[in-house]
Amino acid sequence: MNDDLDDLKSLLNDATPAPDAQRRAENIALATKNFTDFQGSRTQPRLTFRSKIWTRTKLMLNTLTSRGGLTVTTAIVACGFIITTPFGRDLLRTPMPVIEPTAVDPGQAIPEVTPEPTELLREPVPAVEPEVNELAADFESQAVRALEQLQAPTDGAAVREAIEEDVLALATPETEGLSLETATLDQVEMAPAAPQLLSRAAPAVGTSAQIQSEPTDLYIAPPQGNTEIFANDAPNPLKITSDEPVSTFSIDVDTAAYSLVRSSLTAGHLPNPDAVRIEELINYFPYDYTTPNGPHPFQPTVNVFETPWNADTQLVHIGIQGEMPAVEDRPPLNLVFLIDTSGSMNQPNKLPLLRQSFRLMLDNLRPEDEVAIVTYAGSSTIALEPTAAENRSTILAALNALTAGGGTNGQGGLEQAYTLAEQMTEGDDVSRVILATDGDFNVGLSDPRGLEAYIEDKRESGTYLSVLGFGRGNLQDATMQALAQNGNGTAAYIDTLSEAQKVLVDNLTGALFPIANDVKIQVEFNPAEVAEYRLIGYETRALAREDFNNDAVDAGELGAGHSVTAIYEVTPVGSPAQLSDPLRYQAAETTTTSDELGFLRLRYKAPGDDTSQLIETAFVTVSQPNAEAAFAAAIAGFGQLLRDDTYLGDWGYGDAIALANANRGEDPFGYRTEAVQLMRLAQSLAN
Amino acid sequence: MRMTVTDEDLAIAAQNGDEQAFSSLIARQYDRLFRLCFRLTGAKAEAEDLTQDICAALPAKLASYKQQSKVTTWLYRVAVNAAHDRRRKQASHTRAADGWGDWEVNRQAAIAENADRADWLTTAMNALPNDLRDTLALVLDDMTHAETADILGISEGTVSWRLSEARKHLKTLKEKEDV
Repeated sequence: MNDDLDDLKSLLNDATPAPDAQRRAENIALATKNFTDFQGSRTQPRLTFRSKIWTRTKLMLNTLTSRGGLTVTTAIVACGFIITTPFGRDLLRTPMPVIEPTAVDPGQAIPEVTPEPTELLREPVPAVEPEVNELAADFESQAVRALEQLQAPTDGAAVREAIEEDVLALATPETEGLSLETATLDQVEMAPAAPQLLSRAAPAVGTSAQIQSEPTDLYIAPPQGNTEIFANDAPNPLKITSDEPVSTFSIDVDTAAYSLVRSSLTAGHLPNPDAVRIEELINYFPYDYTTPNGPHPFQPTVNVFETPWNADTQLVHIGIQGEMPAVEDRPPLNLVFLIDTSGSMNQPNKLPLLRQSFRLMLDNLRPEDEVAIVTYAGSSTIALEPTAAENRSTILAALNALTAGGGTNGQGGLEQAYTLAEQMTEGDDVSRVILATDGDFNVGLSDPRGLEAYIEDKRESGTYLSVLGFGRGNLQDATMQALAQNGNGTAAYIDTLSEAQKVLVDNLTGALFPIANDVKIQVEFNPAEVAEYRLIGYETRALAREDFNNDAVDAGELGAGHSVTAIYEVTPVGSPAQLSDPLRYQAAETTTTSDELGFLRLRYKAPGDDTSQLIETAFVTVSQPNAEAAFAAAIAGFGQLLRDDTYLGDWGYGDAIALANANRGEDPFGYRTEAVQLMRLAQSLAN
Repeated sequence: MRMTVTDEDLAIAAQNGDEQAFSSLIARQYDRLFRLCFRLTGAKAEAEDLTQDICAALPAKLASYKQQSKVTTWLYRVAVNAAHDRRRKQASHTRAADGWGDWEVNRQAAIAENADRADWLTTAMNALPNDLRDTLALVLDDMTHAETADILGISEGTVSWRLSEARKHLKTLKEKEDV
C-alpha cells in the first residue's frame, strides 16, 4: 500500500468513532431476538426447485472461455465435415495403412484443433507419394483426440456436458438425485459409489462433482433449527433416612452425556443443564476397581470418605467392576448396522464420521463375525446382506456406497434390522443391532413410546441394541436414551473419531458382550448413623423400591470389563451439615444398634437367564479415598457444577480441577487429562 | 482457551440453530462491523442505523454463509450489500419525500455532525463515488485486494483500478483545498 493510503488509513482510524454502547446492546439483542424468531419459521426445509437447464446453461456460459469455445466449435465443424460430406465419408471408410506424415499441411483445414498433431507431422518426411487415406487417418485421430482433450480439463467440463447432454438425459431422475447427494459428500469417495449408469455418463469425476454440487445445496441440506431434546429429570432431592431409608436404581453405562458436554464445551458454550447426566459423566472413565474373583461376574467395592465440597458430610462411593472374560473365548458376533441415511445425515460430522468409525471397528472383528447393513431413510433397504467380517472389501464397499437423502422412518428400519439379526443368530452367537442416527425419527412412528414398546418386545428375542448419536443441532437425546434403555443396550454420542475409537474399538468387547443383564442396585441406609442421603445422578434410572425384586422390571446391562460407579452424599447423624430438623411429634426411630452405615444389595441376571441373583454386602468404615474414588468424586462435583450446584457451597471449578489433577492416576488413554481440560474450559466459560 | 473457538465454528453452530453461538458471534464482530459501516456511510448516526439494519437481517442471511469462507468476508459482503440497499432506498426516498420527513431529520443530523468534525477526511470520503468509497473502506480495513474483490464481487484488477481512481479523486480534492 502506498504512503498516501497509509496516511489515509491512520486518519480514518482516528476519525472512526466508538460504537454507541447502548445502541450496541440494543442491536445485539435485536439480532438475537430475530435469530430466535427465525428458528421457528424454518423448521420446514424450503424446497427450491430451479430449472436445472438454465442453471447449467448459465454455468456453461460462465465457464466457457473464448479459446475453449473456438476449439470446440471448430472440432464440431470438423466432425460434421467428416460425417456429412461424401468426401469425409470416403475418408472414414478407407482402410488405415501406416501413418505417414505428408507434405500437405492439415493445419489449413483445421487450424485450431491440432496443436499436438502438427508437431508429429513436422517430422522428417520420407519421399513417399502422399495419399488421401493417410490424411484421412490423421484427420480422424486428431478430431477424436481433440474431443478427448476437451473432455478432461475444467475449461472443457461445461463444454463436455453440452456435448454429452443426450447421455446425461438418459440418466433417470432417481439416479441423478443419487449422484447429487454423492457429490456433496466428498469427491474422493464418490468414484466407487456412483452408480454404473452415472459413472459411464461422467467419467471425469472431479469436474462433474463440481458442476452438480451447486444445485445440490438448494435442497439437500435443509436449514435446521436447534431441536435437540434431552432426557433428564430434576436432580435427586435430599432424602431423610428415617422417612425413606431405601434407595433403588438401575445401573447406567451410557456415555452419551459426557460426549455431549464435551462437544458443547469445545464449541465454546456451557452445555444445556438437562444434557448433563452426572452418572454418565462418571461412568465415561475406566476405573481400576478390584477385579471379581467370586462366583459372580462382577464385584462391588464400597468406599466411604469425606466429601470434597463439604467437610461435614461423607461420600459413599460404590464401584462395580465386571469381569473380563478371555477375549479369545468370546462367541461369534452378529452385528447389524442400522444406519440413518436421511438427508440430515449429510454433514461431515455425521455420515462420513460414521463411515470412518465403522471402518475402525471392522479392523477389530474376527473372521467368523458377521456384519449386515440396513439403511433407513424414507424406506428401509438392506445395503449389505449378512457377510463374514473377513470379506472386508465387500463390507467397505457397502459402507462407502451409503448416501444420505430423504425422510426418516426409524421404525421400518428397526423392524428390518431385528429380523435380520434374528436370522443371523445361531447357537451361542451374540447378536446386536447398532443404530447410528442423528436422532431423527420424523417420519411414521416417531413417538418414542411407540418405538419403545416395539423394542421392549424385541428385547425378549435376545438381540441387544446400541444407539450411536452423531452430529449436533437435532440430536434427539431423549429418543436415543429411551431406545437404548428399553432395548438392552447402551447409548453413546460420537463427536470425534477418537470418541469412535473409544466406543467402538477400545471398548469393543465391553460394549458388545454383556456379562450381566438387568443390574439393579438397592441401598438401605441405617437411620442410626445416616441422617440424610442424596444420590448423585441416576435421575433417569430411578426404580421403585418394590421393582428391585421384580424380575420383570428392566434395568441396565453390564458389559465385559465395564465398571459402574454410583456416589451418595450422606450426612451422618449429629453432623452440623444436617439440613432437616428432627420431628417434634414423632419419636425418632433409631432402634438399631448396628454401627453399619448401610447395606448394599445388587441383583442381576446372567445373560439368557430369566431369574435374578442377589449379591449383598454391608458397609461401615470411613476411610481415606483412593485415587479412583477421588477422581470419580471430582467428576461428580464437575457434573453438579454444570447442572445444579445447590449442595456444593463455595466449591468451584478450581477445586474440581485440583482434585481431578491430583487423582489422575495412570490414565493410559488420556481420558482423565481431557476431563481436566474440559473443566478448565467450563471454568473460563462460566466466568 | 476461549478464543480457540473460531468465528467460523460459531457461525456453523449458529447455522445449526445454536442461539448462544450466534450472540457470541455478533458480540465479537459488532465493533468491526460498526467500523466498516462508519466508513461506508461516513456519519455516526447513519452507521448506527446501518448496523442495526444488518443485525436485524443477519439471522436470515446466515444461511448464505458457506463453511469454506471466512466469517469476516461473508459479514463484510452482507454489510456492503446492506449499504447499497440503504443508499438506494434513500435515493428513492429523496425523490418521493421532497426533502422532508425522517430522512431529512437524519440527514440534517449527519450534516451537523460532519460540520462538527470539520476534518477534510469525512468530506473527502463522502465526496467519492459510492463504488470507490466501498472499495477504499474495505482496503483500509485491512482486507487484501483479493478479499475485497471477493466481497464486492468484482475482479482484483477492478479493485486496483478503483483504488487508483480514489487516490486521484482525493488528490484533486486536496489540491483544491490547498488552493
